[in-house]
Amino acid sequence: MTNYDLSTLFDPKGIIITGVSNHPGKFGFVTLHNLLVSGYEGNIFPVGREPSEALGRPVLGSIDEVPDGAADMIFICTPQAINEDLLRAAAAKGVTAAFFAAAGYREAGPEGVEAEQRLVALADELGVAVAGPNGQGVVSTPSKMCAQIVAPYAPAGRIAIASQSGNFVSSFLNLSHHTGVGISRAVAAGNAAVLGIADYVEWFADDPETDVCLVYMESVDNGREMFDRLRAVAERKPVVVVKGGASDAGARAAASHTGALASDDAVFDGMCRQAGLIRARDVEEAFETAATIATQPLPKGDRVVVVTTVGGWGVAAVDAMAGSRLEATPLPDDLYAAIDEKLPPRWSKNNPIDMAGGETRDTVPEIMELAAAHPDVDAVLFLGLGIQSNTAAMMREGEFYPDHGLERIVNFHERQDARYAEAAAEISQRTGTPVLLATELANARPDNAGPAAAHAAGQMCHSSAGRAIRSLDLMARYSNWRRSRGL
Amino acid sequence: MSITLSEAESRRVVAGHGVPVSPFVTGTSTDEVIAAANADSTVVYPVVAKLCGRAIAHKTERGLVKLRLADEAALRSACDDLFAAARPDDGDVEVLVSTMVDGNRELIAGLNDDPQFGLTIMLGVGGILAEAIRDVVFRLVPITEVDAGEMIDDLATQRLLEEFRGEPAVDRQALVEALVALAEVGEQEAGVRSIDLNPMILVDGKPVAVDALIEIDAAEASR
Repeated sequence: MTNYDLSTLFDPKGIIITGVSNHPGKFGFVTLHNLLVSGYEGNIFPVGREPSEALGRPVLGSIDEVPDGAADMIFICTPQAINEDLLRAAAAKGVTAAFFAAAGYREAGPEGVEAEQRLVALADELGVAVAGPNGQGVVSTPSKMCAQIVAPYAPAGRIAIASQSGNFVSSFLNLSHHTGVGISRAVAAGNAAVLGIADYVEWFADDPETDVCLVYMESVDNGREMFDRLRAVAERKPVVVVKGGASDAGARAAASHTGALASDDAVFDGMCRQAGLIRARDVEEAFETAATIATQPLPKGDRVVVVTTVGGWGVAAVDAMAGSRLEATPLPDDLYAAIDEKLPPRWSKNNPIDMAGGETRDTVPEIMELAAAHPDVDAVLFLGLGIQSNTAAMMREGEFYPDHGLERIVNFHERQDARYAEAAAEISQRTGTPVLLATELANARPDNAGPAAAHAAGQMCHSSAGRAIRSLDLMARYSNWRRSRGL
Repeated sequence: MSITLSEAESRRVVAGHGVPVSPFVTGTSTDEVIAAANADSTVVYPVVAKLCGRAIAHKTERGLVKLRLADEAALRSACDDLFAAARPDDGDVEVLVSTMVDGNRELIAGLNDDPQFGLTIMLGVGGILAEAIRDVVFRLVPITEVDAGEMIDDLATQRLLEEFRGEPAVDRQALVEALVALAEVGEQEAGVRSIDLNPMILVDGKPVAVDALIEIDAAEASR
């Protein structure tokens, strides 16, 4: 556990930005711009080499001009050589957290290594929580704060991100925009001179704004300590991990068979399984899984019911379950009977529940509800969202619209799909059973009423059955990890 | 620097922590070996006899493994040959005699001191094909019984663990206990760098190691 309090890094009441000029290409300017645009409501004190103005704001010539106690965070974009003095001056004003976007440290050769060592000592001396250096910034939606030298900001939500790569912070935030599933915090660890992934994730574990942690890591410096710390977090909140550099360079020289079989990836994977870390294969899968966890209850077991409007998608979903711990559970007798009453005789009479076009106005929500509420069903996947609105889109865009009754049917289709997405969210919350949605329209036609309604509600809509199943499988594994340990 | 204990030494260490190994006795002369074999009712013919010593790395290549010895006369003759094959630079040697156990399925288990995570335990599909198949799972030592059970679940080749060619399904509890015992060796014995139990044969579904090698820090070995 770090001795530093990260509260002022993520929820500062005032921020000093160094290196601000009126040149819109400079990091200090961009950071000021992003903070203003994201709607940060605390005090902002841009500081530059000389007094000036940027974005209509006065730029101070020195940190000395900042009123005592008005800022508790500093964002540093200035050259390495002057930053120690700036940090001292800021600490004297009451600053307790710093984000060092500045480069010129460990990544920059022997002199940089020394500068980084001095920075670590100075952080300790001043009691300032230092993030970075050489990082892209920190985002915190509860404080409407986009303190970053790059874009984007993101919608508010319950995912907290810590990344050893700044680029992937941007990737995750872009995916947040794309899916509509928001984030609470995001931080690029940079060189992680003082604060590392485990420090951030431990803080997220205590953060009431966060439900799930999302981590990108490349290097593991102190593996055993990281294991112990992340396992303790996983006992409290789900932690999704994606690791870069996972493929092993090849067999290493080892005296033993066991050593020869111990690829970095195999050992890392075992560590994740033991610690309850939810390991995703790539950045997209990591985000989608975190987004599903952030917006759905965890499945209590492995039994999935697939509800679909046509056969092929259901087949794909069941195929995707091969090699996972999930199973397309045979329909319990009472559930079968209840569904049979709702559908014409040509329905599949099996799981996947292929409604075979037999659905009327309320059928889809009713069947999702029946399945989700059944005690022997742990998760529901609905495929076919948006198909009616897809037809409607062609009608709306064609030359006959709105005549010939097209306007009325288009509106009906779009209302129906929006209803399905809303019903999935509502049913999952009420029953405690996750109800996942998947359609390629989430990517192909995000304006389609189905995925658009999910997006507007901040609800994850996967772009294929396979991806939904993969997220669900990772959730089921974590759920099983918890159950096996009495958590 | 590390050194590798002989198979006989390694077996004594792991067996002392409850790791199941095939029944065995050892001796430093033919008469001693025969007497020990006769005195231990768990060692039953046919047996295998091996010349063991810390400096002997490649027993099979040097012909120091005598298989399928059907009776005492065959064992006596094998022991004479093995002791005669010892070279001066082999150092202290002994002959290990163990019951030949039967089973079609082989697992591998072991410990390895990982540069990032410290001592780890491995379970895999084993035998001579282990490094080609690479169906292995790791955990960090120590492990609980729950961790050990999940290691078994995480193997890709689950069918090998089910009922197989007339042999019963793997005794999961026995395998869990073997893994926990193996991890305990790493926790309680000083200086363990690696352990190989390869193969562990499934005998009536229960794992039995028929070979064991422990690599330890040289500093610990000289104590």
